[in-house]
Amino acid sequence: MKLYCLSGHPTLPCNVLKFKSTTIMLDCGLDMTSTLNFLPLPLVQSPRLSNLPSWSLKDGNAFLDKELKECSGHVFVDSVPEFCLPETELIDLSTVDVILISNYHCMMALPYITEHTGFTGTVYATEPTLQIGRLLMEELVNFIERVPKAQSASFWKNKDVQRLLPSPLKDAVEVSTWRRCYSMQEVNSALSKIQLVGYSQKIELFGAVQVTPLSSGYALGSSNWVIQSHYEKVSYVSGSSLLTTHPQPMDQASLKNSDVLILTGLTQIPTANPDGMVGEFCSNLALTVRNGGNVLVPCYPSGVIYDLLECLYQYIDSAGLSNVPFYFISPVANSSLEFSQIFAEWLCHNKQTKVYLPEPPFPHAELIQTNKLKHYPSIHGDFSNDFRQPCVVFTGHPSLRFGDVVHFLELWGKSSLNTVIFTEPDFSYLEALAPYQPLAMKCIYCPIDTRLNFIQVSNLLKEVQPLHVVCPEQYTQPPPTQSHRMDLMIDCQPPAMSYHRAEVLALPFKRRYEKIEIMPELADSLVPIEIKPGISLATVSAVLHTKDNKHVLQPPPRPTQPTSGKKRKRVSDDIPDCKVLKPLLSGSIPVEQFVQTLEKHGFSDIKVEDTAKGHIVLLQEAETLIQIEEDSTHIICDSDEMLRVRLRDLVLKFLQKF
Amino acid sequence: MLDCGMHMGFNDDRRFPDFSYITQNGRLTDFLDCVIISHFHLDHCGALPYFSEMVGYDGPIYMTPPTQAICPILLEDYRKIAVDKKGEANFFTSQMIKDCMKKVVAVHLHQTVQVDDELEIKAYYAGHVLGAAMFQIKVGSESVVYTGDYNMTPDRHLGAAWIDRCRPNLLITESTYATTIRDSKRCRERDFLKKVHETVERGGKVLIPVFALGRAQELCILLETFWERMNLKAPIYFSTGLTEKANHYYKLFITWTNQKIRKTFVQRNMFEFKHIKAFDRAFADNPGPMVVFATPGMLHAGQSLQIFRKWAGNEKNMVIMPGYCVQGTVGHKILSGQRKLEMEGRQVLEVKMQVEYMSFSAHADAKGIMQLIGQAEPEHVLLVHGEAKKMEFLKQKIEQEFRVNCYMPANGETVTLPTSPSIPVGISLGLLKREMAQGLLPDAKKPRLLQGTLIMKDSNFRLVSSEQALKELGLAEHQLRFTCRVHLHDARKEQETVMRVYSHLKSILKDHCVQHLPDGSVTVESILIQAAAHSEDPGTKVLLVSWTYQDEELGSYLTSLLKKGLPQAPS
Repeated sequence: MKLYCLSGHPTLPCNVLKFKSTTIMLDCGLDMTSTLNFLPLPLVQSPRLSNLPSWSLKDGNAFLDKELKECSGHVFVDSVPEFCLPETELIDLSTVDVILISNYHCMMALPYITEHTGFTGTVYATEPTLQIGRLLMEELVNFIERVPKAQSASFWKNKDVQRLLPSPLKDAVEVSTWRRCYSMQEVNSALSKIQLVGYSQKIELFGAVQVTPLSSGYALGSSNWVIQSHYEKVSYVSGSSLLTTHPQPMDQASLKNSDVLILTGLTQIPTANPDGMVGEFCSNLALTVRNGGNVLVPCYPSGVIYDLLECLYQYIDSAGLSNVPFYFISPVANSSLEFSQIFAEWLCHNKQTKVYLPEPPFPHAELIQTNKLKHYPSIHGDFSNDFRQPCVVFTGHPSLRFGDVVHFLELWGKSSLNTVIFTEPDFSYLEALAPYQPLAMKCIYCPIDTRLNFIQVSNLLKEVQPLHVVCPEQYTQPPPTQSHRMDLMIDCQPPAMSYHRAEVLALPFKRRYEKIEIMPELADSLVPIEIKPGISLATVSAVLHTKDNKHVLQPPPRPTQPTSGKKRKRVSDDIPDCKVLKPLLSGSIPVEQFVQTLEKHGFSDIKVEDTAKGHIVLLQEAETLIQIEEDSTHIICDSDEMLRVRLRDLVLKFLQKF
Repeated sequence: MLDCGMHMGFNDDRRFPDFSYITQNGRLTDFLDCVIISHFHLDHCGALPYFSEMVGYDGPIYMTPPTQAICPILLEDYRKIAVDKKGEANFFTSQMIKDCMKKVVAVHLHQTVQVDDELEIKAYYAGHVLGAAMFQIKVGSESVVYTGDYNMTPDRHLGAAWIDRCRPNLLITESTYATTIRDSKRCRERDFLKKVHETVERGGKVLIPVFALGRAQELCILLETFWERMNLKAPIYFSTGLTEKANHYYKLFITWTNQKIRKTFVQRNMFEFKHIKAFDRAFADNPGPMVVFATPGMLHAGQSLQIFRKWAGNEKNMVIMPGYCVQGTVGHKILSGQRKLEMEGRQVLEVKMQVEYMSFSAHADAKGIMQLIGQAEPEHVLLVHGEAKKMEFLKQKIEQEFRVNCYMPANGETVTLPTSPSIPVGISLGLLKREMAQGLLPDAKKPRLLQGTLIMKDSNFRLVSSEQALKELGLAEHQLRFTCRVHLHDARKEQETVMRVYSHLKSILKDHCVQHLPDGSVTVESILIQAAAHSEDPGTKVLLVSWTYQDEELGSYLTSLLKKGLPQAPS
């Protein structure tokens, strides 16, 4: 069993597991941190951005002039932003049988894999994962396509050029694999390959392996996967949460007794407490608005935003914010809010019971009804008429490189009355803000990452007790910025096996057994013998049939009666098939009883001699000699077949067959 | 226990199932592992509070989330009609409905629910009504599929039932429309709209008795779009407060409706109606045309019956029965042609209004039932939920077409089915791989035999090679060896005799490994043949053929072969 690791990003994993005869891809996350190296795409022409000075090499060579721009000491690529794809060369991706998706954040590279590698398999995901994943992709494509940019820079990627560039461009990895965003057509084609599954559904793959999604508690429809055969079990844990937010709680019990547990998608901010962060978010928001400023919340169109809206729903009246407009701007804002209300089965218990009343599970329905929350597809159109300040705007993209958020940063950045609050943990907020510097706007960083922290992981591992743990290398050492925090790493016995991008791991796994079915007719013919108390044995002689990876034992065919006829027999018909072996024997032969038995069967003139290791029984008349020792019997006789067979059967009576 | 329904046609004890069939003394909980409810119609769940709270059952009750949401509402509705309106005593209470629902565990589509160590159940989409499900019930390799009510053709708001080729030992299917092959849905819809339209045009009133959830929503969607297209003005009403609530359920459980509604729900929710308004009791006496959807569906009680009484005398009016009616109900009576009805208090009601039946109830027809059997490929079929005569016809058809046994037991009858499950054991991978490697070229005449030892310890069954079995049990192998002396008349030297033996065997045993070893012996596979001079007769040589018990057949064959002598060497 092998694990091919295609992504270096621990929360956006992409691994391929070879297990029995199947090739299973686990998630296909897209590393979007690469976009931080690019200039933002403004919705409205921005004089500031277009007037940034070019950056050129020290030797005065100016061929990079058009590609690189400088802003407050940082250098950016002036081009259509590009994403860092999973490794596509490590394994032939056309051999992948299935792709298992754990949550909607971990499927963003799907179109690259399904459309351009010869992939012909099936993708499995839950319905919310598919629907919200589609929204995330739609938003991304929309953000990038609605601001067409002529330029696609490539000179800077040249290895000899790249190493002359300043950090972080100099250190950017795998730049040759960076790709532009896919099209909506590719998204639709990729998503059409998804087959919907429900939690605890058992899915058979080629009769060899069974895969099952389990609730992971992190997002709507998010799942961990159990991949098992009858004797082996691999658990794939990705993006799980033990906090009670809106999704169904995590199913831990079903992860027990795993041979291998692959652990990815832990919290990216292990030192921050999500509850505390939500409190901070609310108080900073209120403070800014009370002072007449605007609040900008860069966010994804689904996920934590539901929880934030729910908190605000409870908070705004007591904080005196009832008259402040909340705007949610995204091409998929409406769909996201609508979809959140119809996935009752994937929600936590509290929200499910609401649906039985029947009431919408999320209170943002009421915020919309009372006009406190308004949603728009973009800043153009209706929004420009309704726009009132001070206000709170939720919009994407959290990388601050594209989407409506770019416009608001340009608009509000110059005033210190305004605040931008970062809640999404995927991007470093300092790097995200770099191309907007100098910035007068206040910046508050309250990352809300509900995924497992190291204490929870350690408890989880104690609870489910896997034989081996496999995880990204980042989790086996403390974070580089907090190298003294030995508690911020996975601690388990035996130590976790770690992987990095483009590595192939041989998993410590010895398969010993396989399931086989004994047909009822064959089972009827078996004769079990109790060999020790509680242990019975039966020798089995059967025909093996294997079809679709399922093995069946059928009774041996009845020996065909020789047809009585004049047909000449060929010599070869008599030759026995040497492949039909007799069972093994065990036990020992008590000499005295054996001699008595011989006498009973009409042998006389029996002489017994003692030897160093046993006895020799002589049948003098028949010129036959039987050597009997503890673990062996040797019958030496003339070629009298009748006699030999008689003796053989008498000896066998004392022995057990295996 | 599969479903726990009530009979709409009775008002006495016969209304609920006779649970003494399960046990006469002792608690039901001890006899039942679980209860499965297929959907929210009262003929499938109406006796549930009586069963769990009055007879007494504390085990799990499984149903899908929409059923779990809607079932208590219909039960409460039914209770109100029975107790508050008819004044029945000894009926279950509101609290009992609540307590009963606490025992419910929600099951999602395709989720495998482990009821206990052995029993697992899985739900499949059944169409019919919102949240209706078929259930696969499985223990080891044996399984039963229970369909509940299902519909094999998608309608305006639900999708079609679907099941995979799960090859159950038994398929228990409903057979409401065992003999009907229904014409296309489109024709029925056009017919329905034409009749409603004509009646409204001539100023008549149309009564459509429905159950609050299910068919009602489909017909509402149908009329709503028709009114919109034809720009009609006559009012459409929907009785009782259930409507809005019901539509709300459809909106929240939209993932259980059909593809089209799910796809477009963000832009337009099909369950928000513009033309259909809430009904008030006083409206029934308003002059002029109108269309009223009223509950319940079989005209056996409640508002639909009240309106029916008011409108029955006018031949301009029309009642359209869009679903099946149980025997004993007013609906059943007027559909079977009765025009004078005896009502409570010995009143006789003369029915002059037009009575129309439109089969809109979403059951599979004969074609659909056959289709489902084809999908699931069961070993046996058992028909329920139908009328004996019609079932008999379908039973024959099924037996002919699928060559499976089909049963249709009456109430109280027990059917016993033989099954022969195969026994799953673990085979050691070493043994399996060895066999598979050797068995790559299958020979039809001489199938390979796999030899092994089955070790049975408690419920753990493992098939291993004989060597491994001996090793695991700490037993030593006992070697049984035979050495036979074969006398040959041959005056030549021993080496030459051996050569002749070698070439003789080589020529006969073409498929075997025959070797002449440097030490002067010959081997056939693992059988050793040596030659020695005879101690007394120089013209005779003694061949010693030696083999172990494992090679018994080949060894025995070789001795008899050699005993026949060697062919004359060509000189």
